[in-house]
Amino acid sequence: MATLTMELTLIFDLILLFTLISMAWLLLASTDLFRAVVLFIAFGLLLSLAWVRLGAADVALAEAAIGAGITGALLLVGLGRLGSAERCRFTRVPLTFLQRLSAPLLIGIMIPSITLILVLELRLLADVAPGQQGLVNALLDISGSGHGVTAVLMNFRAWDTLLEKGVLLLALITIWSLDQARPLVHEDEISPQLTGLARLLLPIVIIVAGFVLWQGAHAPGGAFQAGALLSAGILLATLVGYTLPARRQRLSLRLLLTAGFWVFLLIAATTLLTSGYPLSYPQPLAGGLILLIELVATASIATILAAVVVGGHPPDNLSVPEDDSSASPKKRRK
Amino acid sequence: MSMALLYAGSGIILFSIGLHALLVRRHLLRKILAANIMGSGVFMVFIAMGARGDAGVADPVPQAMVLTGIVVSLCFTAVAIVLAVRINHLTGCTTLAIDEESAID
Repeated sequence: MATLTMELTLIFDLILLFTLISMAWLLLASTDLFRAVVLFIAFGLLLSLAWVRLGAADVALAEAAIGAGITGALLLVGLGRLGSAERCRFTRVPLTFLQRLSAPLLIGIMIPSITLILVLELRLLADVAPGQQGLVNALLDISGSGHGVTAVLMNFRAWDTLLEKGVLLLALITIWSLDQARPLVHEDEISPQLTGLARLLLPIVIIVAGFVLWQGAHAPGGAFQAGALLSAGILLATLVGYTLPARRQRLSLRLLLTAGFWVFLLIAATTLLTSGYPLSYPQPLAGGLILLIELVATASIATILAAVVVGGHPPDNLSVPEDDSSASPKKRRK
Repeated sequence: MSMALLYAGSGIILFSIGLHALLVRRHLLRKILAANIMGSGVFMVFIAMGARGDAGVADPVPQAMVLTGIVVSLCFTAVAIVLAVRINHLTGCTTLAIDEESAID
């Protein structure tokens, strides 16, 4: 009986991996880019199934919400702006035989070497106790969180998470400095069905996001997954024509976008001053501090992700002097 | 152990498929897709190594690092797409210029 279940799971693994690999190949070889992007979203969803098989439920949630959902939206918006055709103004020089051979050759040498190194390393690892799972579980009581992954993200390796908030912010700054946001939809294109659906879905999205955030304290879930869900809600609201009032698009929006990073940094600085180590929370306060960071971070992540998908800084930030928006004159003069 | 090896091997295959497409395909969006597939391959090797234990529950440390990695790869995708749109806006191309004369004017 046990061998039968083992064989069944093995067959499932094999089918899943074969599908993943062939999908990756198909989507990268497909001539139609729209089809490629849709296949990529499906690939992300299947990949989250693979994460579940490997016992990584947090990664599966993040992959489905961020990897497949938000990245898919980003790619679709980008495809809409770029177009599927390969346009180049310059006459293309046909590749010589050696140039054509270079890519397979590079991969043919590099990949087997990497594989060899990995297999050798894995063989050595077989003698070692598997991972830091025991260590994390032993320290879980003092971490302020009941879930291993959240404890690692928010306490043991909180530096990573702090810097990753910085990366998110940096990406947003880059995007804002490169382009101006264009509306995703025109006012007269919004269908009443979508508006009705949004009214129905938005409260559910908000509740589920809150649940996922709260659940992160003792089970798979947490700030990123909740933030990605919330940003999907914000995007849905944007698609049915809701826009931020112009007076909120300046300081309030920027405060909301950066709050996650600032609060985290502030706590890091305070703990550095009080205990000598950044982000080593005093033990009785650990749970509360983690919850505070996660709450603010969720709001920030949600707005950053939505802003990233919309792409570009808010339009009224342009230095066009005769702008008819009702923004405050004090800010405008700068 | 064999399951971890299976997934790690598939991760390597995904990585190589992505690397091949990154080098060979011309459209910028396709290159971005390829880089994303490469990243997924790396994550898979990482998580598979963390799941070597018999409990069926992955090591939380690689999981946390892959979570961070997913967000960073999202940032990469977002910035790359905006750059591609910018290139398209400036040159009218959706591919990278190959020869020297074709630098952006």
